[in-house]
This record gives sequence, structure tokens and C-alpha cells, in this order.
Amino acid sequence: MNHYELFDLPVGYAVDLADLQQRYRKLQQTMHPDRFAAGSERDKLRAVQLTSQLNDAYHTLRDPLARAEYLLSLRGVELRHEQQTLQDPEFLMAQMEWRERLAELDASDLSALDAAGADLQREQAALQAELEQALNASEDEVAADTIRKLKFMRKLGRELEALEEL
Amino acid sequence: MAYSNKVIDHYENPRNVGSFEKDDPSVVTGMVGAPACGDVMKLQLKINDQGIIEDAKFKTYGCGSAIASSSLVTEWVKGKSIDEAAQLKNTQIAEELALPPVKIHCSILAEDAIKAALEDYKKKHAS
Repeated sequence: MNHYELFDLPVGYAVDLADLQQRYRKLQQTMHPDRFAAGSERDKLRAVQLTSQLNDAYHTLRDPLARAEYLLSLRGVELRHEQQTLQDPEFLMAQMEWRERLAELDASDLSALDAAGADLQREQAALQAELEQALNASEDEVAADTIRKLKFMRKLGRELEALEEL
Repeated sequence: MAYSNKVIDHYENPRNVGSFEKDDPSVVTGMVGAPACGDVMKLQLKINDQGIIEDAKFKTYGCGSAIASSSLVTEWVKGKSIDEAAQLKNTQIAEELALPPVKIHCSILAEDAIKAALEDYKKKHAS
């Protein structure tokens, strides 16, 4: 059973997160290992396995990037654990400039932090829109490349958050 | 996770950090990134008329292993011909730095950076 089937959802990129959460909670109750406390060892083990699969499925489908990656894997394009490097000079140059900007950012300069956060969000939103378009048009290779780029953006986001916490 | 002494040495005293003049015609650039961890690496080679790599510089944003891998290759490629540099394999980098399996992609990044720089050389010399 794949993650979508587990939640009885159609396979696709669009997922209603509130609906997903409701389905998750319902399934969580029916599968909870405590309900099988009086059952056989086999039933108990099965409940634990199902719960772990359920959690995995929920966390994957809830996250837009993980969901995109999972959807591609269902289509036969595997991105997890890939060792392939990205060689898009223009994108990488922009990444370098981002890293330099973050390195030079003064953590006490709140307006500069805000400006960087807003710029980052804008670029991320543009890539996210590209990703949705590519996935819906079944342009899997384009989608895969966009996921790779979004991973760099997510990393930048984390570094920016770390700066904000200083 | 513990870094090997060689990684720490390169990380604390990185060799050949920086950039060359962008407009220098003997300078070629390789840019690569690892989506798995978000690391970015820029490797520049200064190649003379005989096709020998005279100098190398790098700029890497990433973990200690990525920085050490790029620092190491700048040392290794200096004095090598283009063909010799093209033979460099990530396994040699990983072995020299004793990289654990989860950090192998850092050595792949460094190997691909050399390849990307040599591609840039071919492109510049094709015309």
C-alpha cells in the first residue's frame, strides 16, 4: 500500500493538509498499539508496524518537498539518497551570492534579516510554483531538478533561521 | 560524527581559498552543488598554454568534509596536466581524508568540480 492509498487519497501533488490531518488522526486511533494490548504478539507487532508506516506516510505527504519527491518515486524517478551533483552555473552562482550575503549579514540588523527572509521566500515561492506546474504536467525531469533547487533554498532558509536566533 | 585529523587540518587551515580575476583568460571555473546537503563549491584553475594547471583556488559553502575535499583537490591538481587532473577520482579523495560513507558525496562534489572546470576549459578553447 502506498502513502496515498493508506489515507485513501488520490495520487497527485495537491493535498488538502487539514483533510490529511483529520484522516491521520482517525487512522491513528484505529491503529494504536494500545488497542491491541490484549491481542496476540503478532497483532501487536502488526499494529506497531502500521503505526510507523502511518507516521512516515503522514510526514511525507504533509511536507511539500518530501511529497513531491515521493510522488516522483511513484513515477519511477528516485531522488532519495542521490549522490548526483547539480551543475547549473547560473543557479549555483546565485547560491554563492546568497551564501555570501548571509555570511556578511549582521545578526543584529533586523531589517537586513527581514529583507533577506522576504527575498528568500519570494525565490522559494517561484520555484514552488514551477514545481507544481511540472508535476501536474508530468514533466518529471524538470520537477526533479526543481526539487533539487528547492533543497538548496531550504538549506538557506535554515541558515537564515539560525542567524535570527543568535 | 568525528572528523578525521586530515579533515580537521584542511578545515582549520584551508589551502588556496579565494578567487582569481574573472577576466583572466587562463582561468576556468567549475561550479557544482550537492542537493542532498545544499553544499556549493566553486573551483577555479589557472591553466597555462601547455595545458598545465599552474594554480587553483576554491570557495566552498558546506560542511567540514566538503571544505576539506575542495582544499585537498586544489593541492593535488597544481602542476598536473589537464589529462592527469581529469583522472582524479572521488575515491582517492575519500580515502585520503578517511571520509565516512555519509560524507562520500563531498568527495563526489570535489571530483565533479574538477570535471566542470575542465569542461569550461574545453568550451573556452573550442572557439
